Amino acid sequence: MDLWTYLEYAAWALSALFGLHMLVDWLTTDSRFSEEVLTSSREGELEALSEEQKVTS
Amino acid sequence: MTQVDITSKTMDGMGPHGTRVGLLRVLGPAHVWALGVGIVLVGEYMGWNFAVGKGGAYAALIACWFAGILYTCVAMIDSEVTSTVASAGGQYTQAKHIIGPLMAFNVGLYLVFAYTMLEAANAITAGYLFSVVATMSGHEAALDQRPFIILVIMFLAWLNYRGVLATLTFNLVITAIAFVAILVLFLATSGVVGAGIMEHAALFEGHELPYGWIGVLAAMHFGLWYYLGIEGTTQAAEEVRSPARALPFGTLAGIMTLVIAATLTWYVCSGILPWEFLGDGVNGSVAPLFDAARLADSTALVWLLGFGTLFATLASANGCINDASRAWFAMGRDKYLPGWFGAVHPRYRTPYRAIVFLVPIALVFALGAPLDQVITFSILSGLLGYTFMPLNIILFRRKWPLSSIKRGYEHPFHPLPAITLLALCAITFFAVFLGYGTQLIAMVGFYIVASLWFHFWRYRFVNRGAQFTMPWPKPQGY
Repeated sequence: MDLWTYLEYAAWALSALFGLHMLVDWLTTDSRFSEEVLTSSREGELEALSEEQKVTS
Repeated sequence: MTQVDITSKTMDGMGPHGTRVGLLRVLGPAHVWALGVGIVLVGEYMGWNFAVGKGGAYAALIACWFAGILYTCVAMIDSEVTSTVASAGGQYTQAKHIIGPLMAFNVGLYLVFAYTMLEAANAITAGYLFSVVATMSGHEAALDQRPFIILVIMFLAWLNYRGVLATLTFNLVITAIAFVAILVLFLATSGVVGAGIMEHAALFEGHELPYGWIGVLAAMHFGLWYYLGIEGTTQAAEEVRSPARALPFGTLAGIMTLVIAATLTWYVCSGILPWEFLGDGVNGSVAPLFDAARLADSTALVWLLGFGTLFATLASANGCINDASRAWFAMGRDKYLPGWFGAVHPRYRTPYRAIVFLVPIALVFALGAPLDQVITFSILSGLLGYTFMPLNIILFRRKWPLSSIKRGYEHPFHPLPAITLLALCAITFFAVFLGYGTQLIAMVGFYIVASLWFHFWRYRFVNRGAQFTMPWPKPQGY
């Protein structure tokens, strides 16, 4: 086996690790926090909180 | 001018606000530049040269500059609207606020498909690059590209999952290296530094426009490659610290960078490689800048452009994951798709479910579909998105004139850029029809079916009151 054969195995292993990490973290996160908190993001927060719009009367 | 209370109930579109976990505002103009240019620059390294095959070297240059005008219009229009509608989802959110739900649903799908297909195409390309390096380094058996294709998608998805700042800082570094590599190649081969190796006159003689002006028209399809994806800067809108400043600055700096990179790429490659070889992106020059570097007789240039090609490919895939997930997330948040996709990771502050959900889709296309079909689907979805933009800006200016809403950037000469963009889109649709008529019709059919599904089924689930969140005055005429 040459270097590239080892690299192929390394690529499979790393792909599995990255995938597994995301999967485990995803399941952990979903179990630790309520759906209400996780999906509480609302569009336009910045505009609502800090920006001031002016209109012509 | 009078002060207006933005929380007023008489104002249009103020939805309830109760964000407990939202996307993180940490990005600056450089990240916006890296997102836009990062997605696109791979088009300079490979793909654009099919335009040479369609109509010769001059046709590719004409297509380069006409497409440059098209994308300059896109960048200016996007900068104005996005600096005002500063939310994840980009053009989807713009369409939602300015045109209506059905347009928004379609634009959201264009975005997700364009970026996911482009991500798959980039992963395929990265796998191919690894196999080339393996062959060049003496590996005798055919390299199994699959683990490298999967690794590219999994690693970049993981990076996106872990946080937007690291993701786009990574993009900034590798995109800058890829861009500098083009500049160095130009300086080294054009005669600016040392002896030049350009042979434009000899290579062009007798082949100025080998297929006449119809070849120029056909080249427009691949002229898009020089810039396809710069509109992706808008997806960072909800994560930049100062949308009104960073988005126009990053986007416009991005299109200037790309016009320079595209012109230099054409100049270098067409002056070194014969047009028949350059124009055949399958059996001839797959990666023209890399091929030009190999003919420059410099090992350092070969390494630099080799890394440039790989980095440009990774940057593009990385930006595509970022953009597709933001569009998917925004549609989920508004319940255009199941609201489950609208979740934000409480620690990393990323749309983690949207990121993970799109991974298997990208893998299926990267491992199971032919590259040219994947790319064509991406281009056509992008083109439909560009056609929406002029209509969007015309309606935006009509409903909310300059005097009614403060913009971060006001694009000049309105409506000239919108009309130019619409005309160039029509020309490009015709060019695409010449080469990929069946795919074009099939794709339009797909979007019609998706629209019917949305209109007759999905729209009942949309939270109609909460989806309009911009603190704008009521539109004129309503």
